[in-house]
Amino acid sequence: MQDTKEMREVYCESLIEMAKTNKDIVVVEADLMNCIKTGPFKKAYPDRFFDVGVAEANMIGISAGLATCGKITFCSSFATFATRRCFDQIFISVAYSKQNVKIVGTDPGICAEINGGTHMPFEDMGIMRCVPDMVCVEPTDCAMLKSLMPQIAAYKGAVYIRLFRKKTEKVFEDGAQFDLFKAFTIKQGHDVTIVASGIMVDRAVKAAALLKDKGVDAEVINVYTWKPIDEETIVRSLTKTGAVVVAENHNVFNGLTSAVSEVAARRCPVPVESVSVKDQFGEVGKMPYLSDRYGLNVGNIVDAAIKAVSRKR
Amino acid sequence: MDKQKVKFLNDKADDIRKLIIEMIGRLGVGHVGGSLSIVELLTVLYYDKAKIDPSAPNDPDRDRIVLSKGHAGPALYSVLADKGYFPLEKIRTLNQPGTDLPSHCDMNKTVGVDMTAGSLGQGLSCAVGMALAGKIDKKDYHVYAIIGDGESQEGQIWEAMMYAGNMGLDNLTIFLDNNKMQIDDYTANINSVEPFDKKCEAFNLRAERIDGHDVAAIAGAIDRAHAAKGKCTCVVLDTIKGYGVPFAVSKGVGSHSFSISEAEWREFCNKEAD
Repeated sequence: MQDTKEMREVYCESLIEMAKTNKDIVVVEADLMNCIKTGPFKKAYPDRFFDVGVAEANMIGISAGLATCGKITFCSSFATFATRRCFDQIFISVAYSKQNVKIVGTDPGICAEINGGTHMPFEDMGIMRCVPDMVCVEPTDCAMLKSLMPQIAAYKGAVYIRLFRKKTEKVFEDGAQFDLFKAFTIKQGHDVTIVASGIMVDRAVKAAALLKDKGVDAEVINVYTWKPIDEETIVRSLTKTGAVVVAENHNVFNGLTSAVSEVAARRCPVPVESVSVKDQFGEVGKMPYLSDRYGLNVGNIVDAAIKAVSRKR
Repeated sequence: MDKQKVKFLNDKADDIRKLIIEMIGRLGVGHVGGSLSIVELLTVLYYDKAKIDPSAPNDPDRDRIVLSKGHAGPALYSVLADKGYFPLEKIRTLNQPGTDLPSHCDMNKTVGVDMTAGSLGQGLSCAVGMALAGKIDKKDYHVYAIIGDGESQEGQIWEAMMYAGNMGLDNLTIFLDNNKMQIDDYTANINSVEPFDKKCEAFNLRAERIDGHDVAAIAGAIDRAHAAKGKCTCVVLDTIKGYGVPFAVSKGVGSHSFSISEAEWREFCNKEAD
């Protein structure tokens, strides 16, 4: 079932709500205000809104400068341009300088759809995960975004938020609460763990239902904060199930598969399977086509889970 | 500016120059030329024009000084040490393991440094952000940004210039240290940034060009920048790389970073063995 709201609506509503009591909330855009739809924030707080035009590096630098003066700056662009286009500015002016800037990258992975390969980020979380101290989070749906926004604003430091802009599949009930630094176990199981993020969470839940019919009892964990990753929840689950499938709308390199594998390799080595993009560029298409193209469907998760179980000793 | 003040600032600039040469000399190597070319500017800012207090380095109402050409750290450290932001002896720790004084400015390591810089082109955008914060909070602090001519080959400088000009940021003054040299050659032989003042005017800034080693001229330019309401000012400082230190100036393009012998720095600083 689709959410009734677009995630960008919740994003902007949260900003406005926080700005009512927090005079330091500032929004900086780079000509995509009309895509992320922060226009209502601009209308409500014109003095705390800046659109620097098509200049992402400048957007990041200005955000860092505002932060040195105590501002909590939320800036955004398509995830490609919010990360790889201005990586050094994020690394030096924001992260190395320890500035309180929140960077929102929208249209993750195949969600970029017909904007195609130039706009299709399979690497954004990987890039941001390499930046020391950078918190990397992919809110799953509107309910989670609403719960996490105040925590993201309250956290003193750089945060990268990978954001689906439009209506996504509703996974969590309205009013559900989440901890920014914990994973959330959606379904308990004993045979295999499915770790999923973003659009893959709903698919993981559906895969678990199909696996049940095949006699496989899958545990489903939504790891929305990829860094710092909630090691304890992962280790507890992998120790119990003895196998894991990671499902991510991202390149297999440097993303959630890497993050989970790093934990598993160090603390509880188990078979790891990955449903992800295998070192490829994006291309134009709608989500169903792209899901087939890159192997990100429910069926791919089911197959990977069965394979992971078969690899258990 | 009265003669007494001019003399005070020029004498101070001489002191700062000696500190720079001692600091880099004790280490043996460093960014000499581009540190020396901004000494008069830093002297006018820190000893005359900027609203700063070494005992309150994080005062939210203070003026901000962003050294975007962060490799000139030794110049800024010399001024900060002389002003009392930290003990003078600390200049002996430049680039030593665990130091608070790294080659390139780090706001989290050095008291008094307002912005981390070193990856060229980035500091000016941060200065724009500081100026915007001042507008939001209706504070009357001023932001001073110092950029290099080689640095201005970075596209981000022009992104920041365009926005500062169009926003009419009259609480931001940009100084170009136009020492006309970069690592590989004379800037004009690589990729000229001139006519810099004309470029700034085309970007909706107010611009002027002065002798960057004339303290009275610098002070005057700052006064005019403050008076220009609704306009961001860029002051092109025509400077000489290595200015005031003959063995640096004589190196020409090579003055960017070079080794200084103990005999050289002790002679220049008129300092006997420790």
